[in-house]
Amino acid sequence: MQVLQSTTPLITNLNALAGGLFIISAFGIVATRQIRASLNFFIIQSLLLASSAFLLGIEPFSLDLFAVGGINIITKVWFMPMLLKRMVKEEIYTRREVTQVFNIPTSLILALILTILAYFISLPWIQTQRVLSIIHVNVPVGLAGLFLGAYTLVARREAVPQLLGLLAMENGAFFAGVAIAPDLPLIAELALAFDILMLTFVIGILTRTVNEHIGTTSVGTLSELKEGVKK
Amino acid sequence: MILILFVSIVLVAALVSSFSKNDSRMATYITLLSSIITLGLSVHIALDIVFSSSHTIVAIADWVALNALGALILLLVSFVYFTASIFSIGYMRFEKPGSFRTYYINFNLFVFSMLIIPLIQEPNSVWIAVELTTLFSVLLVGFENTSAAIEAAWKYIVLTIMGAAIALLGFLILYWAARQVGIEHYTWDSLLIAAPYMSPVLLKASFVFILVGFGAKVGLVPLHTWLPDAHSQAPSPVCALLSGVETTAILYVILRLLPIVAAASAVDVNTWLIVVGLISVGSAAFLLLQVKDFKRLFAFSTVEHMGIILVAFGLGGNLAHIAAILQIIGHAITKSFAFYAAGGVLLLMGTREISKVRGLIRKSPVSAIALLLGGLAIAGAPPFALFLSEFSIIKAGLFKGEYITVGLLVIFIAIAFFAIMNHVSRMVFGRDDAKSSIDNKSYSLPISSKITFAIAFIPIIAFGLYIPEVLYKLTILAAATVGGW
Repeated sequence: MQVLQSTTPLITNLNALAGGLFIISAFGIVATRQIRASLNFFIIQSLLLASSAFLLGIEPFSLDLFAVGGINIITKVWFMPMLLKRMVKEEIYTRREVTQVFNIPTSLILALILTILAYFISLPWIQTQRVLSIIHVNVPVGLAGLFLGAYTLVARREAVPQLLGLLAMENGAFFAGVAIAPDLPLIAELALAFDILMLTFVIGILTRTVNEHIGTTSVGTLSELKEGVKK
Repeated sequence: MILILFVSIVLVAALVSSFSKNDSRMATYITLLSSIITLGLSVHIALDIVFSSSHTIVAIADWVALNALGALILLLVSFVYFTASIFSIGYMRFEKPGSFRTYYINFNLFVFSMLIIPLIQEPNSVWIAVELTTLFSVLLVGFENTSAAIEAAWKYIVLTIMGAAIALLGFLILYWAARQVGIEHYTWDSLLIAAPYMSPVLLKASFVFILVGFGAKVGLVPLHTWLPDAHSQAPSPVCALLSGVETTAILYVILRLLPIVAAASAVDVNTWLIVVGLISVGSAAFLLLQVKDFKRLFAFSTVEHMGIILVAFGLGGNLAHIAAILQIIGHAITKSFAFYAAGGVLLLMGTREISKVRGLIRKSPVSAIALLLGGLAIAGAPPFALFLSEFSIIKAGLFKGEYITVGLLVIFIAIAFFAIMNHVSRMVFGRDDAKSSIDNKSYSLPISSKITFAIAFIPIIAFGLYIPEVLYKLTILAAATVGGW
């Protein structure tokens, strides 16, 4: 009863290329200091996710996957960056963030370790699929994307990079998702994308309010609420 | 059909609230009315489930249905919705008289999103419903619009979306595992039937991702850090919903997954549950000792109780499962009461700091007694509901021969008991220092708060002494859906 994915070698290779570049763009989000550069890497990553969805949707033809790619382009490549640009002040947007938890080389080494870890964690999963297919590329890459997004979230202290980390996690989950669940009912995917959009909007509002209240978007300094001695 | 009607009432209440004005109290009464109808209907649905032969209600095949565990969740959510609606009357009049519309739209939508979680049968849609609870509650957490409230809302949304992304991959892997065996209708029930044929590796992976991801929302250590912030900064009636039933509603999703994963041989879920649960109980017990804020006190106690529930499910067997369901019931009703009591104190004293509240019994006997009873009940003192369920969990554990687990659990519960009672008794009986006794203003609670105390307290004492036959039947049926018989 196994659903086979018979893809042509060309598509498989192109998809593998997208996967490789996807990882590199995830590293880009981790390693760039400027918020604008991080955002650009995020846009590239979202485009790569969309292209993987398009490639996998060609053979066997799947409208669902094309829809996933389309939604992804509309929300993450066009709408999200526009929203962020509008909501966050230009000064913050182009500023070089110096308040990272680790410096860039350490971050990159940690990111590398996470990527290797993701490969070894997902190895037993992909072995359950007897036929060699695109799953072998997309699942480890997607898991690595998820891990790197989580790492970005932990390591960056500004509001916008944290937001990008969250969205990169979502990207990673979907990069695996387009390969392992290509026939998921479309309605679910629409709602998922809608969800992300709405949540982004909420976070956007919060970013602005944090900005107004505390005068910075550096959420790493939020420490009013905690146990122990109060100021 | 009744299920569709049931959820649409809350939706209508949200819609009507959205047409009312921000300074008009119409939304208050609409919400109260809707909560009374919802509670009545949920009792009716629960009775239907207990007395029907199949113990399920199906509204739309493969999409909307309800089993015994779901009915229990509906019952708890509706009850806390009802009491929170009453408490909101006084809260809104005193604290935020100008934002009725904003508050009640989100309040009703938040309840709606919790009510649909047990109704939806398609797992991926359940994930969406869980995301809706985050979406609608985040504005309520930041409702008071102070910098602390915004900070709490930010932490809440960042950590829970992070959890959601992790859980999303878990759900996708679950779907992958189901696809490999070719399931026709993708529902919880069909997953349970197909589980023995599904790949154990994938099931295990998806369970770990969903446990970690939704664990963030349930408040399991180490992703619990948002919980005390959000649960302390939100308006008190919202705290009751967040802490009392939202955590339970999310836990329900993990409980639906539990028998599916357990059905695949070679996956030992129980040990993980015990380890994760004990870590949560232990960390919460020690954090409880050093809290400075009485709403955070009850928030940490939520982390503790979620841990206890997980340990109880991890012990396995029907005795432990029934005890765990009783603990879920006890926690929902007691925690909401504790937050009403804390909310009453906050309304009166205008501070959340434990050290600034002393000698409450002389200032406002009603709120002092409520706080004392709430503290005793949530800490697990007899003769309240949680004592009974914690005792049953310990008994079930000893029966199973899990002496180390039970020993640790008892130690942690004892520490938590000491911590909670230490703080509460100092607030209630402690000597007033000169500073805070200068003001001689009269302390009086809104009448709606007193009514809430009375109504919310009835089940706590009643279920501590005697569990009605019907409810016990529902508990057994609910425990059976989690498996382990």
